Order: sequence, then C-alpha cells, then structure tokens
Amino acid sequence: MNRRLKEKLYFSLFRACGALVVIALGILLAYIIMGGIGTISLEFLTQFPKKGMTEGGIFPAIVGTIYLCIIVILFSVPVGVLSAIYFVEYERNNLFKKILRVVVHNLAGVPSIVYGLLGLGLFVMALDFGFSLIAAGLTVGLLVLPLIISATREALLAVPNSVREASIALGATKWQTVRHHVVPYAMSGILTGIILSLSRAAGETAPILMTGAAYYMRHLPDSIFSQFMALPFHLYTVATQSSDLMATRPIQYGTAFVLLILVIGMNLMAIILRRRFRKKYRW
Amino acid sequence: MKAGNKEEILLQERRRMSIKTDTFIKIVLLCVSLVTVFALFAVFFFIFSEALPAFTSIGFVEFLSGHIWNPTSPTNPSYGILPLLCGTFLVSLGASIIAIPIGIGCTIYLAELAHPKIKSILKPAIEILAGIPSVVYGFFALIILSDWIVAVFNNTYRLNALNGAIMLAVMMIPIMVSLSEEAINSVPQDLREAAYALGATKWETLRGVIIPAALSGIAAAIMLSIGRAVGETMTVLMACGNTPVITWDMLSSVQTMTAAIAIEMGEVNFNSLHYHALFGVGAVLFVITFAINIIADIVLAKFAEAYH
Repeated sequence: MNRRLKEKLYFSLFRACGALVVIALGILLAYIIMGGIGTISLEFLTQFPKKGMTEGGIFPAIVGTIYLCIIVILFSVPVGVLSAIYFVEYERNNLFKKILRVVVHNLAGVPSIVYGLLGLGLFVMALDFGFSLIAAGLTVGLLVLPLIISATREALLAVPNSVREASIALGATKWQTVRHHVVPYAMSGILTGIILSLSRAAGETAPILMTGAAYYMRHLPDSIFSQFMALPFHLYTVATQSSDLMATRPIQYGTAFVLLILVIGMNLMAIILRRRFRKKYRW
Repeated sequence: MKAGNKEEILLQERRRMSIKTDTFIKIVLLCVSLVTVFALFAVFFFIFSEALPAFTSIGFVEFLSGHIWNPTSPTNPSYGILPLLCGTFLVSLGASIIAIPIGIGCTIYLAELAHPKIKSILKPAIEILAGIPSVVYGFFALIILSDWIVAVFNNTYRLNALNGAIMLAVMMIPIMVSLSEEAINSVPQDLREAAYALGATKWETLRGVIIPAALSGIAAAIMLSIGRAVGETMTVLMACGNTPVITWDMLSSVQTMTAAIAIEMGEVNFNSLHYHALFGVGAVLFVITFAINIIADIVLAKFAEAYH
C-alpha cells in the first residue's frame, strides 16, 4: 500500500478514537441532563423526600454531601498540605522521601471499597463512632489524603529553587521563605489539587455506604455522630432499592443531574484555575 | 548612635524570634507528616489484621480456590472467592479489550495529531470524563446501556458482565489517555526530527520511533487503568447483576470482589467469620491493585532512566 494512504488510514482511525471519547461524554451528559432537567425545581432542591422517597426533594442529601466535604476540608486538607510541605521543603533524607512517594502513590490506587472496609472496622467499630458523619468523613478523608499530598508535592516541586535561594540569601528563615514565597507561587496548583480531591470526595459512594450514609432521614444530621444522607448514596438507593423503580425514575435522574453538575462544576473550576496559573507564572 | 543601637538590638531580637518560630514550625510539620505516614501504614496493617482470622479458620488455599461463595447460607456457609475473582477478571478483561485500543488511538491523536483548537476541547472532555462519579456511570449502565445490550444481543440477563465492562472501559480511557499522553510528550523532540530528516512520514515516525520510545510509559498507563478497573465498585455493583458464578460468558450475570464487599458488609455481624472473610476479599483486592501499581512504577522508572 502507498505510504501516504497508509498514513491517512491510520490517522483517521486515531481521529475516530478521539471522536469516540467525546461522543461517549456527549451521550452520557445528554441522557442525564435531558432526563434530569425536568425534575429540577426549587422544591426538589429544598425539600425532604416524601412518601417512601417516591416524591419530594433531595435537600438532606445535598446538605449531607456538603457536611462530608467540610469534614474532609477540616481534616485532610491541612494534614495533607502540611505533610507535603514538610517532605518537599524540610526533609533531607532521600530514602524516606522515596518511600513516602511510593506509599502515597500506591495508596492512591487502592480501591475505595477497601477504604470503606477500613472505615467500618476502625472508625465505626473499633473507635465506636458508630455509623456516623465523622466515621464517613474520616474514611473519605483518608481516601483523598494521598491525592492532596501528591498534588501539593507536584505544585511545590514546580517552584524553581532560585526562588528559595534568593529568599534565603536575603536573610529570610526557612519558614519565611516557604510562607511568603514558595507556598504563594504553588498556591494555584495546591488549590487545583484540593478542588479535585473534594469533587472526588463528593462523588464517592462505596466508602460512605459502609460507614454511615443513611437510606432516608427525616431531619438533618444534628451532630457529627449522627447518620446522614448523601447525593451519591441517594442515587444508588433510589436507583436500585426503591419500592417503585419506574415511578421514582424522575427523582433518580434529578439526583444524578445534581450530583453531575456539582462534580463537573468543581472539575471545571480546577481546569480554569490551572490554565490561569500556567499563564501567570513562567519560569 | 544610641537610637541606632536600639534598632540593632530590636532587629537581633526579631531575628532570634523568627529562628525560634522556624524551629517550632519545623517540629509541627514533622509531627503532622509522621501522623500521615502512620495513618497510611495503618490502612495497610488494619486490613490484613482483620483478614487474618478468615485465612486461619477457612484456610488460605481453600479461601482462594473454593468454587462457592455463599457466606449467608444458614446451614452450610461457604467462603470460596474463586467466583468473585472470576467475575472481577472477566469484567476487567472485557473492559481492557475495549479500552486499550481506543485509549491508545485517542492518546496518539491527542498528543501528535490534534489541532490545538481540537485539543482544547478534547483534553477537558477527557478530564471531565475522569471526574464523573462512578455511581453516575453505574446509573447509566443500569437504566440505559443495559437496554441497548438487550436490544442488540437479545440476552436473558439484563445486567451482565458486558454491561459492566463497557462502562468500565469508558472510565478507564481517561486515566489511560492522560497518563500515556505524558509518556508520548516526554519523548525528546530530536528523535522526531531525526526520523523526519531520514525521510520518514509522520506515521512511520510514530510507529517506528515515538511509540517504541514511549512504550514503557504507555504500558504503565495501561496497567494503572486496569488497576482502577479491578478496584472499581459502584459501576460493577449496579451493572453486573451480582451473581457469584464461575463463567466465561460476557452476557451472564456475575459478581466482582468489590461488589460482594459493598453488598454484604451492611448485613454482617461484627467479628463473625463472614465479616473477616470480607476483609479477606479486601486484602486480596489490596494485594492485586498494589502489585499492579508497583509493577507500573518499576516500568515507569525504567522508562524515565532511558532518557536522562
């Protein structure tokens, strides 16, 4: 076969693969948006479920998801970011760093259901938190911890050493250098990582299924030790365990739509942030 | 002069304070990072210590090779995870067969061929695809994809391995593409130019130079995405029908290790054999995904060495 023709043939094959990915995304979004948009109303977003979850809204699920994210922000973000700062800026031992890198990288690949097991055994049972917001929050927090650490690590490593050297040369201490120069330059990268981790936390189902998400609650969680409703778990239950699957279809689509918008919104925010960051600093 | 001295002393005092703060902060950071390392190791040890009773009382070999998974039977509970291993393998294999060629094609298009404008659409699309929660994929498989599969194959099981495999493939592709695009991008530009200078076409350069050079990076990306597929829970839970059987039939209902844990963990008694058996399944899953990740790491490290 002619060389040019062969090239054309292969290249159109590759182009088709690229198109296929966009089409897959398009189909998925189209179905969920078309199915969900009719259900979305102010009532749907602000009311409790009614009549065995065949009617009413998803307000407690939205609030529960937000609570879960707040626990992750309070626990994993400081711990993850500070650990990463320590390991990049302070730790001298390269073997220790290498081990941490391997551990963090590999734990990011551990299935979320295994974290669910951990949360159930450790937080719910052994520490006796019961099925609760705090047990689920810490479980999801542990799950996203490796993501936050590696995102922060990457962001800090991207700041050139000359910045640190210049600051130290002017008499600043290590912490002053890190606080006033390294971290501000790395901030957009760190924030991008945090937002992506939160969107992951908001969408995780398997771990919260085992540690405290409730099928249905008549009131909002009143303490961190009560059970809670969450969007992803709500979607799972109304789609698989509802008493009348056909009748609740609009609610299923509506919940999927809200969850999708929430998570995609966070992802878009991260994409835009990263783009602006790339334009702002050039080393 | 006196005023100058005073300022000098103040300055020195401030400097001493900031050095003190510095040491203090360093200690705080060290403590936080030790907590992190401890927590991450605790994940590992906890899973295995909770799994141990299952291995000792069921028997490790029996646990791995038993043909029947029926832990809830009141008279004769059986804890062989072979059906679950088989289900996981079947679904992940199906997903890989679909995702690997499409993923590689998409990567090459994205990295080498796409116009910057198309790239600026394709890349965010892939990132969004990677960010969609697995429960939404599961929902799509449950109510839409399963209908399409029934329409095409006219099969008996509405929820089956193929349903899960297609959905997992959609989830694998974004991970694969973003990782292997990095591998292709890090192939040095001089290699391309050398090939063009020898008169090679773009395709010949790709096939003969760029792809072989990036091969270990692409291989690592494929392995990592397979690791993701093996560990995925909600999609297979909602798409595959959850029947623990040993089969090669993509159109039959199967159950994966992850799905078994997710379904059964809600109903077991704390510290029962079933409880420990589920941790056993978790431990096996952990070992499989950890091994895949470590091997991918080694492959990647070799690749990085080659160009430095």
